[in-house]
Amino acid sequence: MRYFIPVALFAVLVVLLALGIHQAPRKDLVPSPLIGKPAPSFSLPSLSDPSAQVTTAALRGHWYLFNVWGTWCVSCHIEEPELLAIARTGRVPLIGLDWKDSRRQAIAYLQAKGNPYQQIAFDPGGLEAIHWGVYGAPETFLVNPQGIIVYKYIGPITPRAWVRDFLPRLPAAHAVSGS
Amino acid sequence: MMRAALRSGALAAVLLLAAPFAHAIAPTRMPTPALEARYERLIHGFRCMQCQDESLANSPVSLAADMRRQIRQMLLAGATDQQIRNFFVSRYGYFILFKPPFVLKTAWLWLAPVVLLATGALSAAWVIRRRAALAARDDNDEDEPLDDGLAGPGKHT
Repeated sequence: MRYFIPVALFAVLVVLLALGIHQAPRKDLVPSPLIGKPAPSFSLPSLSDPSAQVTTAALRGHWYLFNVWGTWCVSCHIEEPELLAIARTGRVPLIGLDWKDSRRQAIAYLQAKGNPYQQIAFDPGGLEAIHWGVYGAPETFLVNPQGIIVYKYIGPITPRAWVRDFLPRLPAAHAVSGS
Repeated sequence: MMRAALRSGALAAVLLLAAPFAHAIAPTRMPTPALEARYERLIHGFRCMQCQDESLANSPVSLAADMRRQIRQMLLAGATDQQIRNFFVSRYGYFILFKPPFVLKTAWLWLAPVVLLATGALSAAWVIRRRAALAARDDNDEDEPLDDGLAGPGKHT
């Protein structure tokens, strides 16, 4: 009984340290304060056609995935087949933000690997990505028809993440195309 | 003598060559010393989100350069330090500040050290007083063996 307090304190310390150890590797996943907030509005030149603009205003009324990528980003190359698979399901259109990239390289990359995106905004200077709180690529935001960011996924989307994290947040298959 | 002179000459040459790179990470110059001072203070107060334990001022990654450029543009446009902090906090969260403000969400962060220190001080005071009481009893009652569970170094000093 005399040792109750020290043992209890030790137990508390063990729990705290165990939590710390399990939390620590996820330090790379910083929760976004933008969840539940309106997506930043922008008007950026399109990657494929510099005279055309990609605007958030035109995306209103539809669910979309906003995927930040670049040809320099190795994890984006890993993610690419899954993005193509998502595009094939037709559940939700992909809008790309080509981040700090070269237009020529990006177009060549998409021609070689296939283009999962409905539209791609071109952000060579990287200032638009800051508005979205982006700190690495790939990052993917799920935006609802009201223009609210519902979810943010950091890192390459895996088939498992698509099923576990994205599908449950999307409306039933037949409801997506309408608004 | 000759070798020492050569060596110091070589050192001077290396330092001279290196000098232009000393400020390579954040080479910006603001138009006025006041803006320059605010810029310097701001970039030291933000965390680089990619390297996380470095400030924007010390980080060589290109995202940090973009963020410094954003800060520079906002300063030149007349934004206050608070507006610039709010801009980044609303996009990246309090994590981006090396010194987060005291709000409900960060209260535990600021209060935990105080609570831990108080707990430690109270436990120490409790142990010291108990030991002092036992030592006093020990002095008065030398013959009686003492079973206080605190046997060990320090008891009879």
